[in-house]
Formats: sequence, C-alpha cells, structure tokens
Amino acid sequence: MLGRLRAWLDERVAWNEIAGFLAHKTVPLHRFSYWYFLGGITLFLFGVQVATGMLLLLYYRPTSNEAFESVQYIMTQVQFGWLVRSIHSWSANLMVFTAFAHMFSVLFLGAYRKPRELTWVSGMVLLFLVMGFGFSGYLLPWNTLAYFATKVGTDMVGQMPVVGHYLMVFLRGGEDVTGATLTRFFGFHVALLPGITTLLLAVHLALVQRQGISVPPAIDAEWKANPAARRDMPFFPNFFLREMIAWYVALGVLGALAALAPWELGAKADPFAPAPAGIKPEWYFLFMFQTLKLIPAKLGFIDGELVGLAAFGGAGLLWTLLPFFDRQGARFGRKWIVGAGIFALAYMSVMTVYAYWAK
Amino acid sequence: MPIGRNNGSGKPLRAIRGALRWLLAGGFLLAGTSLWAQAPNTCVDCHSVLDPPQKVTTEQFVTDIHAQKGLTCASCHGGDPTKDDDQAMSKAAGFRGHIKRSQVPELCASCHSDASYVHKFNPSLRTDQLSQYKTSVHGQRLAKGDEQVAVCTDCHSVHDIRPASDSRSSVHPLNVASTCSRCHSDAAHMKPYSIPTDQFAGYSVSVHHEALVLRGDLSAPTCTTCHGNHGAAPPGVASVENVCSNCHAFQAQLFDGSPHKAAFAAASMPGCVTCHSNHRIQHPTDAMLGTGPQSVCTNCHAQGDGGFKVAATTQEKLTSLDAAILRADELLDRAERSGMDVSQAKLSQTQARDALTKARVSIHSVTVDRIMQDVQAGSKLAEQNLAAGHQALADRDYRRWGLGVSVILILLTIAGLWLYIREIEGRSGSRPV
Repeated sequence: MLGRLRAWLDERVAWNEIAGFLAHKTVPLHRFSYWYFLGGITLFLFGVQVATGMLLLLYYRPTSNEAFESVQYIMTQVQFGWLVRSIHSWSANLMVFTAFAHMFSVLFLGAYRKPRELTWVSGMVLLFLVMGFGFSGYLLPWNTLAYFATKVGTDMVGQMPVVGHYLMVFLRGGEDVTGATLTRFFGFHVALLPGITTLLLAVHLALVQRQGISVPPAIDAEWKANPAARRDMPFFPNFFLREMIAWYVALGVLGALAALAPWELGAKADPFAPAPAGIKPEWYFLFMFQTLKLIPAKLGFIDGELVGLAAFGGAGLLWTLLPFFDRQGARFGRKWIVGAGIFALAYMSVMTVYAYWAK
Repeated sequence: MPIGRNNGSGKPLRAIRGALRWLLAGGFLLAGTSLWAQAPNTCVDCHSVLDPPQKVTTEQFVTDIHAQKGLTCASCHGGDPTKDDDQAMSKAAGFRGHIKRSQVPELCASCHSDASYVHKFNPSLRTDQLSQYKTSVHGQRLAKGDEQVAVCTDCHSVHDIRPASDSRSSVHPLNVASTCSRCHSDAAHMKPYSIPTDQFAGYSVSVHHEALVLRGDLSAPTCTTCHGNHGAAPPGVASVENVCSNCHAFQAQLFDGSPHKAAFAAASMPGCVTCHSNHRIQHPTDAMLGTGPQSVCTNCHAQGDGGFKVAATTQEKLTSLDAAILRADELLDRAERSGMDVSQAKLSQTQARDALTKARVSIHSVTVDRIMQDVQAGSKLAEQNLAAGHQALADRDYRRWGLGVSVILILLTIAGLWLYIREIEGRSGSRPV
C-alpha cells in the first residue's frame, strides 16, 4: 500500500528524488551541535502560533467595542479557550526568545559567513517580523497596558524625521490610537505579517537546505587538520527525531506555563483614562525603552529620543549587513564581530534587567 | 485724631509717602488693579505703617475682591484718598471713619442689596444677604443691641475679603467650620448665650468632615449647609429631617413612610439626629442596629416589644449578607491569584454590595419585608459569586491535573523517541560517532 502510494507520488512530484535528498542530508556532529536545534524550535513555535492563532480567530472580534469582551469570552466561556489563548501568548514570547537565541548562536558559531549571507539577512528580517508580530499582537486584546504601550510605541515612530508623522498616522489609522488602529494592527497581525513571514521563511529554509548546515570555524579547522575526526549525523531520521524531542519539551513548557500562569487579560482600555504609572513595553523592547529613557531630552540641539532611535535603526541595519563586514583580510574581521555580539548580548541583558527593576 | 499725618516736619514723611506711593502703584500694576493703581491712595500711605487695628497694608488690600473690582477705602469709609491732608478725612468729603459693628450689615448691604449695582460685577451674586441676616440669630440679636454677635466682617474678614470660591477665603467650604468655630468654640464668648461649644470638635471627627476635608468633596456638608449662612439658625426639631433630606433624600422618604415618623413626632424627638447625632455624625455601622451595646434601637425599644425584634432580625440579616459578600470576595481573590479570570463574578460582587447598601438604606423604613427584598437580592448574587469562585478553583485544579497527565504523556513520548533513536542507531550504526 505504502509502496503504491510512493510510486504514485513519484510519478507526479518525483518523490524518490526528495526522499533521496533527505536520506543523504546530514548534520555536522560536534560539541556545538545542540545549537542547531534553536532554528527548529523557533519554527515549531511559529507553527504553534499559526495553529492557536487560527483557533483564536474563530471567536476574536477586532473592534474597540468587542475586542476585549471577545478575548474575555475566549478565556472564560470557550472550551479550552484559556489554554489556546495562553499558549498563543506564551508561545509568542518564547518564539521571540528562541529567535534571538538562534540569531546569537549563528553569530557566535560564524554561520553567517560566505556563502550564507542571504540566509543571515533573511533571518534578520524574520527576527524583525517576529518583533512586529509581538507589537501588533499586543494591542489586540484592547486592554489598558496594550493601549498605552501602542501609544508610546507609535509615538516613537512619529519622532522619525520627515516621514515619522506620516508613518505614525499610517500605523494608527489616524492621529490617535483608536479602534481604527486596532483593526489595522489586526490586519497586520493576521494577514500582512504572516504572508511576508511565510514567504521569507520558505526562502530562509530553502537557503539552509541548499547550502547545508554550517560548521563553526574552529571545528572546521580541527577537521581540516584531522579529516578522520569529522562526524556527521543523518538528518532523517536521527537529527529529526532529536528535534522532535526538543519540540515535545517546548510543548511541555508551553502547557505548564499556560496551566500554572495563564496569560492575564487586565482591564479594558479606556482612551480617556490617564496612562497607568510605570507603564512598560513587552520584555523584548525593554532594552530600547530603557536606553531611550536614559538619554537626555536634548543632545546639543538635537532631540535625545531621536538620537536614540537613529542609533537603534543604524545598529539594526549594520547588524543585518554583518556578513558583509566579515571577509578574508577585512579590517574589522571576525574578532570584532564576536566582540560586538558579546557587547550587544550583555547590553541587551543588562538594560532589560535594569528596565525591569527601574521605576 | 490719633493719626499724626500733618504734624511734625513734613519732609521725611513726604519722602516715605512718595516712595510708598511708587511701591503701591507697582504692586497694583502687578495685581491688575488698574483703577486703584491709577489714582493715588493716601489712606494706605499712613495706615500701612500704623499698628493694628488701624493697620491696612497694600499687600492685604490688593487681595481684596473689592479692590480688584476698583473700589477704594473711600467706598466704605468715605473721605477723599486723592488728597494728602486733612481734606482727605473731612466731613465735607463724606468721611465716615471707623464703622460701628452695628452699622456693618447696613453698610455692606448698601451695595450688596442693590441688584443693579452688584450685577455689574457679578450677575450671579445674590442680593438677599441682609434680609436673610435679619432672620438669623446673629441678626436678631444685633437688632436687640448685642454687638458680640457675628456681623459680615467677622466671617468674611475686613480688608482682605476674598470670594467664597477662593480656597484662601474664610468662607470657602473647607474653611467655614473653622471660621464659625472662632466664636462657637470659644467658651468665654459663648457663655452669655448658654449654648454648647463642642460643635467643631464633634464635626471634626464626623463623616461629613472626612468627606469634605480628607476626601476633598466640596459638596459635603459644613456648618452653613445645615444652618444656612447669612440666615444662620439652628434647625428646629420638626425641620431637622428636612435639612438632612436635602442630601439624604431616599432615607428621608423611607423615614416619612415608617412608623418612626409619627412616634418621633409624638415624643418630640427630631428625625435623623436622634439616631445619628448632629455634629458628631459617624459612619453608620450595622452595630447601630440590633440589641448590642452600640445599638441605638435599644435607646427606645426594650426586650419583648416589636421594635426590639425588628432591630435584632435586621441586624442579623445585614451582617450575614455582609459576611457572604466577604466570603465570596476572599474566594474570588484566591482564584484570581491563581491566574483564573473571575472578572464577571467580581463585577457581580459590586452588584451584591449595592444590594447591601440598598438594604442598609431600607432600614429607615423599619419594615422587615422591604429590607429582606434587598437582602435576598444581595444574598442570591453573593451565593452565585461564591459558586463562581469554587468553580474557578475547581477549573484551576482540573487544569493542573490536565497538565500533570500531559507532562507524563510528553515524557513517555520523549522516552519512546529516545529509545527508538538508540535502537535505530544501534541497529544500523547510522550515527557515526
């Protein structure tokens, strides 16, 4: 039966060719191989997001009058609605974490180097898209914290010179954060961002398959000196089954978080109420938020916040183009890039912890 | 004439006077008192350096609402402040000098009772202060020659009169009680009238004072709210209820329809204050009902009579509803701390609390059936919310059981996968370690 199905598929989509590719695909086996799981875990969490997001869509209503109540209904009345919504929220946060961890592991293992520049660039854009998912999704329950976090976030966009105001009005669907903003963010969150992300994810995965798994420079040097030391693991089923174990662990963690710490809903947004004291964005924006808070209001004649935003924009752009600086004989080579990575990681960690404790 | 403004050598005084005049003009410009600033005012030149009670400083007078509207010393005291010699205080210039206390109300009323004049400055200002004052205890005693009673200037001050809306005014709602207490808490001052002097002390610990001063609710009552301001008089036994009902309308309506209405009238007991007292009104508690030591019902009702039973029953019902609401609160808080969404039940708790408040108000009807309607409505809600709390905690436990089972299944799957990997790698040697 399976043989007949395989023959049927082979006639139509050249199945044996695909299976042959999978059978011959290998994963380098060395002391850093565990870092290879991070990309797969991020992919799994994205799948969880898509699945739970589709379930939430069955009940969610994207208007300022109904959004909060519909999420409340999901949490209290819909069978397992609390589980779906909590997993969606926790998974979103874990996905941001694993995406960042994946990015830093790729950086420290040197996997961004030629010929994998496009894989890195597509990965960086995917990371920005993940943050965009977080920002747009945060508003959808239409609660007080989300409302004011969106107000602050879009205000920052409005600080950009020349296009800032127009971009802010585009994001908000007007001058203020209103029901129009909610509808717009809903559109970004469930149509625009998933569409772009799916396409780019396909490109990212295709590039990984095309170029194979990168070997860290130190391991590569060891293996070149002693070719007999090289180890590889078949991707299917050996690595794939191990990846499945990692997915099951992620699923267990998600279930535990959802059951023990269901995602809070808070109070419904009231545009006429004053902003609550000590309002902060989601944890993955905290390092930027705290930096902008620490910059003086004026640096010379330039607005301090504008300088901060320009610095983050510039740093993000340079980070995306990082592989193009790491070339043979380049002035700022690998050591500089690893140093920058360590600094960035330390800065983000310290600022996030500082922002968490700061009043 | 005690003021030596024209005797002695004139030069130093004239120099001081000149400097003061400039200072005065500057101050007035800043205060926007254009009319007063434009004209010289020789009254303040001298009175600013005199000892009290003749002392009137520029700083004092520029804050006065009358000065700000362009009135001068001469508007009340007569004379001509533009002159700097005896002509300023001459009879020819209409100088009246010191105003006797008995003349103060009439003098103030010469403008404040003139609607066409007062309305040029403030169309919403009343003009019946004098006629009201004449009906007050203060006014009636003044008419009989008692100059110790309050006249306009005792409450409003003299040369630095501010509008009542100004929080620095002595007649601003926040300051009225202390203004009244200046005389009414003074035992020596009140001795001839044989009235108590503990009103302010009582009011200071009352629920009304708390609302007005601590919570900043300017609509909360102060002395004048119940006694009137210009027509200040103690409300009579029959009218106390009418006074309280201006704010506590629903309670008064229920009291009117209750058996207490006729009984109180027959015993010449005033409504409201018989149970709640007058100045020292505390936040009412359920302990004021029933038959316990804090009960006010037992002041009239004794064991065996109908009122005694009603008092005991209503207190028991109210305290049991209160306890039921607290139990539900506690359970819902526990569920919320566990991460459960109980917002609907918490909203319903506010309705249960409303029912309790309504039942406490219904006490004024002294009708058990009526009180029980509200108590039962609140109890039903509290029971539902308690059940919602139990359900939320049961759901929490169900989730935790579900998590436990899921974790076991996941661990079993992981173990199975690991064993399978070991098996295929052992069988085919596909992991070239």
